[in-house]
Amino acid sequence: MVQYRRPDTLSEALSVLERAGDNGRVLVGGTDLLIGVRRRPLSPLVLVDVKGATDLPPAIEVHDDGVRVGPTATMSALVATDEVQRWFPALVAAANVVGSVAIRNRATLVGNICNASPACDTAPALLVHDATVTIRSTAGERQVSIDEFFLGPGQTACGPAELVTAIDLPRPPAGHRSAFQRLTRRRGVDLATVSAAAGLTADGLATIALGAVAPTPVKAVAPGPIDATDPAAVRELAEQLTEIATPISDVRASEEYRRAMTTVLTERAITAAADAATPGA
Amino acid sequence: MNDHLSQLEPIDVTLQVNGTPVDVSVPAHRTLLDALRDDAGFKGSKKCCADGECGACSVFLDGTLVNSCLVLAVETEGSDVTTIEGLSVDGLSDLQQEFLKAGAVQCGVCIPGQVVAAEDLLRTNPHATATEIRDAMSGNLCRCAGYERIVAAIQAAAETRVTIS
Ligand code: FES
Ligand code: FES
Repeated sequence: MVQYRRPDTLSEALSVLERAGDNGRVLVGGTDLLIGVRRRPLSPLVLVDVKGATDLPPAIEVHDDGVRVGPTATMSALVATDEVQRWFPALVAAANVVGSVAIRNRATLVGNICNASPACDTAPALLVHDATVTIRSTAGERQVSIDEFFLGPGQTACGPAELVTAIDLPRPPAGHRSAFQRLTRRRGVDLATVSAAAGLTADGLATIALGAVAPTPVKAVAPGPIDATDPAAVRELAEQLTEIATPISDVRASEEYRRAMTTVLTERAITAAADAATPGA
Repeated sequence: MNDHLSQLEPIDVTLQVNGTPVDVSVPAHRTLLDALRDDAGFKGSKKCCADGECGACSVFLDGTLVNSCLVLAVETEGSDVTTIEGLSVDGLSDLQQEFLKAGAVQCGVCIPGQVVAAEDLLRTNPHATATEIRDAMSGNLCRCAGYERIVAAIQAAAETRVTIS
């Protein structure tokens, strides 16, 4: 029998999660979680709705050094924030293609990464933006780099008795640009067949991250700067960097197609980043 | 607190539906959609996929467009919900009339959700272009595939609203 808890404070939420152990599930947007609940209404899950915790950090906090995204920040709220638009274009592009309007109004960035789908749309962008994840339990707080957050499909560094309380996005250095590209079977609501984010520093050093081509989102950094306006150089770099991809065949695409498209999308992401306007200072 | 027994009993939830207070008593896993339809008697919102894919269950929750099949009834304690019934208290809304005029209503199952989502779109973006309409409505599927007519209906309603205001 599914149980529902709505703690008033963060510390109460953490104790409820601790008592619930493996059956505990943090409920915020519910757009992924509730699909599972509907299929198994008799499972012994304890849904811990943290939206009632009055001492949670604000949904989105903007400061001089970046943006702090709390557990209640929805995709819609995120993309409507000026500084997020200005500093993190790859993330905005990714958040904008998660589900539909109604889904984005409920789905949260924190929930999206905690769900840890290999095809998670926002993960490649967060990897390129060098996000840091703050994880809290009754024992205290710790921070892990987004590079170490994803452990496997559905598996993250956030344990069952823990809660992700923030994703910190450091403000990019001057001249940094980013972009996100995604391939789906149809336009609109669909899971990514392949996705790629790219970041480009002012002196041409590219970082790319890929979704849906490995058990977790993966990231690679270029060995040295390139001229991103030179298509041949971009192509060569994309081929080199996408060697980290280990795609499989599934209903959405074959391994071969995914591999080919990974390079194409990476090329496009680097080119789009190069073409993007430099984010306002 | 006895975590394991306390919630085998239904939970009492009070919310506002279309401006009227509604009390329901529901198990924790009951969705807002099921509570609206089966406990509160608002049958306008439709249940098709129940997975957040089709938009037939679209409602406003505290003014925000959501899929009511992906919200638990217990989450809505104290909330304000507007369903398709709430958009047509004084007869068919302008959007509903345009849907009929455009011939966008075929079997009709998707239409309540289409109209609620379209209402949300026109409130947030009164001058929506055809492309923006298609994008914003991509979470509302129509098995009868009346998409061209649905877009035309929304465009017609948008034009009339802009002229009137
Ligand atoms: S019934 Fe809710 S989205 Fe399909
Ligand atoms: S009119 Fe039949 S599903 Fe849309």
